[in-house]
Amino acid sequence: MMDTFAALAHGMAVAVQPMNLLYALIGVFLGTAVGVLPGIGPALTVALLLPVTYKLDPGGSLIMFAGIYYGGMYGGSTTAILINTPGESASMATALEGNKMAKAGRGGPALATSAIGSFVAGTIATIGLAFLAPWLVDFAVRFGPEDYFALMCVAFVTVSATFGDSPIRGLTSLFIGLTLGLVGIDKLTGQARLAFGVPELLDGVEVTTLAVGLFAVGEALYVASRRHHTEEKLEPVRGSLWMTKEDWKRSWKPWLRGTMFGFPIGALPAGGAEIPTFLSYSTEKRLTKYPEEFGKGAIEGVAGPEAANNASAAGTLVPLLTLGLPTSATAAMMLAGFQQYGLNPGPLLFAERPDLVWGLIASLFIANCMLLVLNLPLVGLWVRLLAIPQPWLYAGILVFATMGTIAAKPSVVELSMLAGFGVLGFLMRRFDFPIAPVVVGLILGPIAEAQLRRALAISLGDPMTLLQSPISATLLGLALVALLAPFVLKGMGRFKANED
Amino acid sequence: MTQDHASGDPVQPPRRVDRAGIVIAALLAAIAAVLVWDARGLQSTSMYGMGPEAMPVVIACGLALLAIGNFVDALRGNLPARESADPVPVVLILIGLALLIAIIGFGGGFIMATSALFVTTSAAFGRRAIVVDSVIALVMSTLIYLAFDRLLTLSLPTGPLERLL
Repeated sequence: MMDTFAALAHGMAVAVQPMNLLYALIGVFLGTAVGVLPGIGPALTVALLLPVTYKLDPGGSLIMFAGIYYGGMYGGSTTAILINTPGESASMATALEGNKMAKAGRGGPALATSAIGSFVAGTIATIGLAFLAPWLVDFAVRFGPEDYFALMCVAFVTVSATFGDSPIRGLTSLFIGLTLGLVGIDKLTGQARLAFGVPELLDGVEVTTLAVGLFAVGEALYVASRRHHTEEKLEPVRGSLWMTKEDWKRSWKPWLRGTMFGFPIGALPAGGAEIPTFLSYSTEKRLTKYPEEFGKGAIEGVAGPEAANNASAAGTLVPLLTLGLPTSATAAMMLAGFQQYGLNPGPLLFAERPDLVWGLIASLFIANCMLLVLNLPLVGLWVRLLAIPQPWLYAGILVFATMGTIAAKPSVVELSMLAGFGVLGFLMRRFDFPIAPVVVGLILGPIAEAQLRRALAISLGDPMTLLQSPISATLLGLALVALLAPFVLKGMGRFKANED
Repeated sequence: MTQDHASGDPVQPPRRVDRAGIVIAALLAAIAAVLVWDARGLQSTSMYGMGPEAMPVVIACGLALLAIGNFVDALRGNLPARESADPVPVVLILIGLALLIAIIGFGGGFIMATSALFVTTSAAFGRRAIVVDSVIALVMSTLIYLAFDRLLTLSLPTGPLERLL
């Protein structure tokens, strides 16, 4: 307990250095500005802004990341409220009531309750992260390679099959990602796999290229292909920005309840913010004193899901930082950010670079405060960003998306891969395959393979080692249950949600 | 997944066998075959445990199973209904990406390449003011180039336009 306070205080000392404060501020600003653009979710925000951090030192870059992460989240909910196009499935619940409020001229209070709710939830969840992380790290140092492999199997199944729309399509996405993860030189034997004699493929598939291709290029192609269907309508923010006393009274309990849903579910190695946001939405709908307002713009329906969304975002950092396990596309991008400095999140990182980890956690607090201070006054600016005409918006997004690849690796092969992944992303959207499992598969696949091979090398090739460790046996059992559950429960209504 | 579309979109008529689904299943099977073919060329050098060829084969088996699963879904017509799509803008954007790759490949530089992509994408989204968009694109990409080259000292590909700056 006291150790956590000491570590956190140390982290604060790192985070409040003037340069680091500036990085956090730039991160929050850029994250919100990019996240607010329609069709850009937090994962893509992080992927697009990764090149900006190339030249910073790891500490500064991770602190900027914390800002981008929270900024991107907040930007997404602004879009959901004002034009009813949630950039990610986690904002869908917000869009339900928030857009109705905006239509009724109460866009200001909707934005305010989402900003303050995000702040409250983010702060509580970050405290949760600070206290849960060391405890989990103590537990995780006892993990052997076979346990890590089993843990990754759990993540694979939950991310792709259990909470998706169709387990078969989710698993298909995952296996496409796993296949892409095979490309390149095998680290243990130095043999090239799936490189087909192309030297650029020997390094493997770049996570950012895949993510930007799938999310940005794919989204642009998809929106362009169905442009004739719907015109998006931007709701102007009319009336007061501020919440009335009544609004406060109706918001604070949903904020806390949303946090209670969001953080624990986000911290599980299952991922997904859709479940807690929809749980929060249905809970508020049940508990409200104004049931007649639901569906017409009830403030509880914005306050709760928004808090749940932010709390689960902080929750996903628990498995990411302590186990190196990304459970959402956004967390996968954060992991890519770590990896560009050769850092691997996990128990070792807590021991070896406490300044980095605790600096990052402290920056989350600071980014959260900055968001609150920055965003309500700047709402006018974000609204103006939303009003950029669609042709210029998507042309700009594509230029920005390709720019990241051009800056990192200006080769014809890399750019062709970007375009190819764009087409893949378009087809996956069109045929309703989820996209996050591809990114998680690419990033976790090689790690899982390495752990499995290490485990088998230690056991002299005996596969029973996977079942002899109690942790591994339990986790593999869980993975099996999670894999079979959706087939067994087929027919049970699941939330139909768009992909992040 | 029968028809329940209140939106009034021109939806493809639900047919019993989904041809696109069959193609997807065939593609998955093809990827599985490529994986196995590629893995055959690898040498298992490790004394204990699994060599580099084991994982591709495992993934290939998974893909083969999923190909069957997708095939069954397609036969039953279980795929979600799709809205009609307009291929023209998609092709336009792909032409823009091809232009970008070609210009970078032939040393045309960052500014020309991204400008070409900007103008074609903008046209794909229905704008017809190509001259105005070209000017906007050139100014914007020049500013981005300067910001990245001078401020962040990241090197972007140079061509004739960049050398003038």
